[in-house]
Amino acid sequence: MTENTSTNKINSFQKEKNKDEMRKQIITFALMIFFTMIAFFAVGMGISSMFVIPLILILAIVQVGFQFYYFMHMKDKGHEFPALLIFGGIWVTFLVGVTFVTIIWW
Amino acid sequence: MSNAATQKRALSAVLWDYLTTVDHKKVGILYLIGGGFFFLLGGLEALIIRIQLIKPENDFISAGLYNEMITMHGTTMIFLAATPLLFGLMNYIMPLQIGARDVAFPFLNALGFWLFFSGGILLNCSWFLGGAPDAGWTAYAPLSIQSPGHGTDFYVMGLQLSGAGTLMSGINFLVTIVSMRAPGMTYMRMPLFTWTTFVTSVLTLFAFPALTVGLFLLMFDRMFGSAFFDVALGGNSVIWQHLFWIFGHPEVYILILPAFGVFSEILPTFSKKRLFGYSAMVFATFLIAFLGFMVWAHHMFTVGLGPVANSIFAVATMAIAVPTGIKIFNWLFTMWGGSIVINSAMLWALAFIPSFTIGGMTGVMLGSNVADYQYHDSYFVVAHFHYVIVGGVVFALLAACHYWWPKMFGRILHEGMGKLAFWTFFIGFHLTFFIQHFLGLMGMPRRYWVFLENQGLDTGNLISTIGAFFMTFGTLVFLVNIVYTAIKGEKAPADPWDARTLEWTIASPPAFYNFKQLPLVRGLDPLWIEKTEGNGKMTPAEPLDEIHMPNGSILPLIMTVGFFTASFGFIYQTDHKAWLIAVYAGMALAIGCMVIRSLKDDHGFHISKEELEREAD
Repeated sequence: MTENTSTNKINSFQKEKNKDEMRKQIITFALMIFFTMIAFFAVGMGISSMFVIPLILILAIVQVGFQFYYFMHMKDKGHEFPALLIFGGIWVTFLVGVTFVTIIWW
Repeated sequence: MSNAATQKRALSAVLWDYLTTVDHKKVGILYLIGGGFFFLLGGLEALIIRIQLIKPENDFISAGLYNEMITMHGTTMIFLAATPLLFGLMNYIMPLQIGARDVAFPFLNALGFWLFFSGGILLNCSWFLGGAPDAGWTAYAPLSIQSPGHGTDFYVMGLQLSGAGTLMSGINFLVTIVSMRAPGMTYMRMPLFTWTTFVTSVLTLFAFPALTVGLFLLMFDRMFGSAFFDVALGGNSVIWQHLFWIFGHPEVYILILPAFGVFSEILPTFSKKRLFGYSAMVFATFLIAFLGFMVWAHHMFTVGLGPVANSIFAVATMAIAVPTGIKIFNWLFTMWGGSIVINSAMLWALAFIPSFTIGGMTGVMLGSNVADYQYHDSYFVVAHFHYVIVGGVVFALLAACHYWWPKMFGRILHEGMGKLAFWTFFIGFHLTFFIQHFLGLMGMPRRYWVFLENQGLDTGNLISTIGAFFMTFGTLVFLVNIVYTAIKGEKAPADPWDARTLEWTIASPPAFYNFKQLPLVRGLDPLWIEKTEGNGKMTPAEPLDEIHMPNGSILPLIMTVGFFTASFGFIYQTDHKAWLIAVYAGMALAIGCMVIRSLKDDHGFHISKEELEREAD
């Protein structure tokens, strides 16, 4: 994506696209702040850890997703191979984790 | 006298050129030289092992030295011979096949080579410094924790260095293939060797970190008093086995997939047919890589993981036979009805198919967890993995040498000597290893220094050793062939084999910028398309223009010297803390080079249009 950044050359379509992109970024950013606040309050209010730990983990996974897809542009075209490699890496790590937990330490 | 002086200067200039090079072709040649050297070293160790086992209760070498031999043979062949030789081929050929002028990170490429080479040298320094590693190439804890002397320390640091080099080359290849393909070279038009390079690099990226972690844990246990693998202090020695094989099993696919790629280039070229089932071949490559990460525990069936874990890993292992079978049949169908030319490269490829299939069949036998209790740690296993690694990888390397030698060095290897080397090596290989299946089934354990007489093992071992001499003879003939070809070999044209892919569209050996104009790729086997539908030449995809090339640099070598020194420091600081000076000095040198590399701008240079126009096609 070698987009021309000098302002006088951006056409209206590009302008609209950038605006849209900016809106998405801000919404995502606000959501991430919101999630972090939920996590803090959940711990601060002293709810049972049986509930808090899974909640925080789920929030964390969603935030990592936001990070990858919105801030690091994995949602855009041309990111298929990075996505393949990231998910491949997650899969390998998951396998290793499961194996170690189940057949070494259980 | 002045003539001698110029020659001398020329020699030092060539040396300096290679020490500072970042050109993927020269780095590739360096990999081939380095890997070839370690291959001969590993072969020598193998020969010594076989001489020791020529007769019952032989005392050719002592028991301790024998342990060092088997350890160093395995380690050298896997890490320092097979992997770098394949990486050398990938380095040289893959950018040419996708129509690129270099790899994505030329500096990193040179650094990768020097790290591999210094790791290999470090490991072999142990021979002269109080004994080589002797805990087996797998270095299982607790044996590797308790192994006295510095042998295993050299193993840890040597593999750490060369592993880092391999990992960075893998990343480099990935970025190159994703981002530097010529116009029109879509993913599904890439030659299969490029595809297997890609998948191999993915495997390298995921598998080597497990080895790195395992080696660090072992390093901390041996040098800094931690207890990750020490059961007495609450550690767990089985973790080493898991980490090693999480790396180790994908590693065997790192070796065999490029070999598959080589044969998928050679068989269509010499059958004058396109590769049968191209997309199935790509799919099978990915499937093998995917399954390859889920089978590591089949090396550990007898550890006591329990029947459930064993069964899961057994089924996953047997599943790998399916994509491999797809490949075998596709190669057979590629040849079916083709107009087949049989030369040295093709002979190796033809010999590969049955040899590798035998290795695959015994692999499925070993994959059955119940039967494995019988086979485990016997010569049956030794026979199995030599059938896949020699019958697969070494055959591929020799085939690739014959096939791409004209491209790399501009001369065609001598056919007669090529055939002589093939037949002696091929016969020797089967003599050596086929009988070992039966030795194993009769109960001969691997890694034993001696065997007793009159247990039915005498004749088998003698035959096996005779085979090893045949293989040695074949290798020597190949070496003579290299020397002969360098002096009197027939000059090669750009396309000596009437081949199909992009590397054959440019001169042999290629100009240092590879492609004057990037070619326009119109389909799979681009050169063949131009031969059958066009005028036999690639259509340029761009007007003739300046070419941007990277500058050479001595920094990779100096950086490596730094890491090499630091490794010695780490090994010997357990004896005397003064050795920490070497650690600090070495690391300072290496990090200093990184700082220079980061802060000093190096924009490379341009080859002007006039200069390109002056050179004939």
